[in-house]
Amino acid sequence: MPVLEARGLAKRFHSNEGVVVAVEDFSFGVAAGEFVSIIGPSGCGKSTVFNIVGGLLGDYDGEVLVDGAVIHGGTHPSIGMVFQEESTFPWRTVLENVAFPLEIAGMAKAERLDRAAHFVALVGLQGFERRLPEELSGGMRQRVAIARTLASNPKILLMDEPFAALDAQTRLLLGDKVLQIQQELKQTTVLITHNLDEAVQLSDRVLVMTYRPGRLKRVVDIGLPHPRSGDIVGSREFGDYVAAIWHDLREEASRGIADDESRLRGAGATAKRA
Amino acid sequence: MVARITGIAVVVAVCALVEGLIRAGLINAYVVPLPSQILASIPRIVVEEHVLARFGQTMQEVVAAAALLAVFGISLGALFYKSPLLRRACESWVGAWAAAPIVLVYPLFLVIFGRSATTIVMIGFAAGLPPVILKTLEGLVATRRVLLDVGRSFRLDGRQQFAKILLPAALPTIFVGFRLGLIFAMINIVGVEFLINFGGLGQLINELAERYDLPGTYGAILFVVLTSVLFFAATEWLERRLRPMR
Repeated sequence: MPVLEARGLAKRFHSNEGVVVAVEDFSFGVAAGEFVSIIGPSGCGKSTVFNIVGGLLGDYDGEVLVDGAVIHGGTHPSIGMVFQEESTFPWRTVLENVAFPLEIAGMAKAERLDRAAHFVALVGLQGFERRLPEELSGGMRQRVAIARTLASNPKILLMDEPFAALDAQTRLLLGDKVLQIQQELKQTTVLITHNLDEAVQLSDRVLVMTYRPGRLKRVVDIGLPHPRSGDIVGSREFGDYVAAIWHDLREEASRGIADDESRLRGAGATAKRA
Repeated sequence: MVARITGIAVVVAVCALVEGLIRAGLINAYVVPLPSQILASIPRIVVEEHVLARFGQTMQEVVAAAALLAVFGISLGALFYKSPLLRRACESWVGAWAAAPIVLVYPLFLVIFGRSATTIVMIGFAAGLPPVILKTLEGLVATRRVLLDVGRSFRLDGRQQFAKILLPAALPTIFVGFRLGLIFAMINIVGVEFLINFGGLGQLINELAERYDLPGTYGAILFVVLTSVLFFAATEWLERRLRPMR
């Protein structure tokens, strides 16, 4: 039985241009300890899926199940979320940031700081415990955010493009770190991304989404051996997987660009008439 | 440290310049006393005019107004944040209130509270309230959405969301409003003491000015500046204590 399952997810948004179907009939399952990436072109509804599964977005069709039980609105204690935007608390030190969920859970101060220090070390930030986020690089802050989520001991780690704002080299190195942690903790992980290399490097399976409305286009099983590191990006097999996914994604990305252009042309013509 | 020494040097240089201009006859000595005379008047106003007791009285009034501003200003700002309807209905009125010369309605306060310290504190409070409300609201509204989402992902309830995320995130802006409110409160407190000839430094300035004791008047004004400096130092210390971010 999958730890996490989504059945027939659909979400419509109402805008000035009418009803926009962001996601339609989107289903997937994630087994315990599995690393699954959801990839798709910009505007395909990836973040909508993230928000629905994480419990931040309501009023959708379909259902989300954790351990076979349907989640009824709101966030779920088994799901820990890491966000695309910088999300550390600027007024807390690294250690206090990571200890935050434990503080909310009512854990005694000495115990929570001790436990937080373990997760700070896990993401390779030992020595920075007393620093404030403003004293860290973007990559280090994102590691703090990941450590904070891991400290809450979630069954499922749900990440929305956590490396999007980072440079290519930092992304690769951080990808290595995430993979190492995931393999060490056997952490069930769902990664939302638009980066092909990242998806192939990290995942056991990649779910490719169509452009709007976001549907499941194809599931690609990544057969690359474990344990993996950033070095794998130079292998031929890696290139083959990237090419195969790009083949599917290219069509969808082109459709997205064409759709954006036609919408902008339409808006321009309306403005001219006005 | 260098900045502090430079600041003191600038004040000393300006005083020396004014002293020189008065001695040269370019500024009328009957309108502006010599800075050296003002300094020399301080021991006299301490001993004869009990300026320290007056200073203490004004400080007490400012502390009382500051406490009211912190409690009611931040609470009302938070209430406006929680209730969009109330905010839409009242925000422009509070903005207009901020621009109103509250001190002119002191007769109304006299009728309500009598010729007492309560009148002075309430006018200071009323004058300082709008910036505290508006800046609290601004700070809460400007809290980044993702920080609130982090709170939701950790299943914080409304009270925890406010205390652990919204309030610390908004604190720098709230302190800006609090300092502005304190400035307005202090100006009005000293002003009303002067107008109703009651209480602390404002009353002393009134009495000294009526006696045409200009060095003493300016000496007492220095104590008003000292009150302001002390309150600013106190708010900065408090902000550093509450929020370690540099």
